[in-house]
Amino acid sequence: MSAMPGIVAINTFREAVRDRVLYNLIFFALMMIGAAIFVGQISIGIERLVIVNLGLSAISLIGLVMAIFIGVGLVYKEIEKRTLYSLLAKPIERWEFLAGKYAGLLLTLLVNTSFMTLGLAAALYYVGRPFVRTDVSILVAIYFILLELALVTALALFFSCFSSPMLSTLFTLGIYITGNFANDIRNFGDFTKNHAMQVLTRIIYYLLPNFHNYNAIAIAGHGESVPFTLVWQNSLYTLIYVGVLLVAASAIFSHRNLK
Amino acid sequence: MAAAAIEIDALTKDYPVGFWRKRMRRSLDRLTLRVEEGEVFGFLGPNGAGKTTTLKLLMNLIFPTAGTARIRGKSIEDVEMHRDIGYLPEQPYFYDYLTGRELLDYYAQFFGYDKADRRSRVARLLELVGLTDAANVQLRKFSKGMLQRVGIAQAILNDPKVVFLDEPMSGLDPVGRREVRDIILDLKRRGCTVFFSTHILSDAEMLCDRVAVLVEGKLQSVGAPNEIVPFEVQSMEIMFEVSEGTAVAAGLIDRSRKTGSRYQLEVPEAELFHALEQLREANARVLSVTPVRPTLEDYFMKLVTREKAPSHAVEVMTR
Repeated sequence: MSAMPGIVAINTFREAVRDRVLYNLIFFALMMIGAAIFVGQISIGIERLVIVNLGLSAISLIGLVMAIFIGVGLVYKEIEKRTLYSLLAKPIERWEFLAGKYAGLLLTLLVNTSFMTLGLAAALYYVGRPFVRTDVSILVAIYFILLELALVTALALFFSCFSSPMLSTLFTLGIYITGNFANDIRNFGDFTKNHAMQVLTRIIYYLLPNFHNYNAIAIAGHGESVPFTLVWQNSLYTLIYVGVLLVAASAIFSHRNLK
Repeated sequence: MAAAAIEIDALTKDYPVGFWRKRMRRSLDRLTLRVEEGEVFGFLGPNGAGKTTTLKLLMNLIFPTAGTARIRGKSIEDVEMHRDIGYLPEQPYFYDYLTGRELLDYYAQFFGYDKADRRSRVARLLELVGLTDAANVQLRKFSKGMLQRVGIAQAILNDPKVVFLDEPMSGLDPVGRREVRDIILDLKRRGCTVFFSTHILSDAEMLCDRVAVLVEGKLQSVGAPNEIVPFEVQSMEIMFEVSEGTAVAAGLIDRSRKTGSRYQLEVPEAELFHALEQLREANARVLSVTPVRPTLEDYFMKLVTREKAPSHAVEVMTR
């Protein structure tokens, strides 16, 4: 196993920290404190629902913003600033560099999400609700958010290998939004009774990453348990999709002339 | 036959141009070169000649349209080749959130050195390039000259056998240029091959065993500087001063160039003693007499001012 991606990943994480990316945690903390105080005063019996919904939605949204906006610049910035020239003159393969950048951003998202999870737990504790066994579903929902972020980061990295940050953002965001409606697109085709349309919507359904399945916020909010099959299905799906995207990104990047 | 330090065979690079990128512009045209182990090799040419393109091709940052190259017998596509080489890009830019020490330590990790080795290497190199005092300053606060120095340090971090330097003197003050020259000479003493591009021809004349001149992507000549430009005296330059009210032959003064209180006079070699005699009679103070010979710069200027480069490269002389 090559150590090169690990070296690049640690430096990517260091870059994020020094660029004050983790400052978003302050915003999250303030929001959770405010919500906890506010909800504690006005809600009766639904503190958990409100705090969990708000917390998980914020974790997902902040993570998405980070994954897309940092992800699209991962490779582009290195090419534009020509920091890549000195690096690729060292004994490192281009795919190792890409894998390192990806892992570095994933590590940043993991650390960020972990701190936000602690914030959410603190807010739940503040509203005076003891932790129960069904709270595991909150952790599962956070795990799904992380899987979703892993996939979005891979998409952003893939696009950043051949297009500008602006276009990469549009492509990634477009696929993310469309991917959330993947099931609806398939159903729409079935409704039309038109064979050609059914085939087309099926192809789109299978090609697009299905982000709909990662949303377990409502389940966690109501304290229901997440089916175990969904956990391993989502894990495997993410692993395969990310793998394909990273291989494709490496293939493109390995043949790219750096300007 | 032992492998050369650098072997370039008919290396060609075309770039697509225009909106539809259908037209191609040739940036490098069938470059063939061989640089031996231990040589200091200068790569000369005006802007847009193809020097940086050649270096990027050798570093595998861009890919050739045709041709091949090998460094110490290994293909430029072989990533293992990079263990033996160092590279300073033109106008280098590094991760500005890192300090000089952190940057060098980061790069050193790619060569698999352990922590103690990295620490001593980095300290030694920072001292060599005069950045010990700024070792813990973030690169975003570095001047252009300091970035160039840290760039040179990272290029020789791994005790490379072949070093590629793209305009290494660029952005440096006279002291910095002198230090870089000393580093290049030190690398040569240690048996390292140095391949560098430069606009500063005096540096090339001073440092290089051989130089190659590239114009519009085509190799014009390659050889030792004194082979490309033979040591033949064209004229003699006399520098002199005259006291006020002294009558010097009007012909001499008219032909002289005045800088401050000094005159510079260029005369054919055959007329030297006659001119000196006239100056002696006028009580002029002769400060120096210097033979004028064609420089690499003269040769270079002649090449680049030609309207169009000739279609075939000329091997002036090889070792």
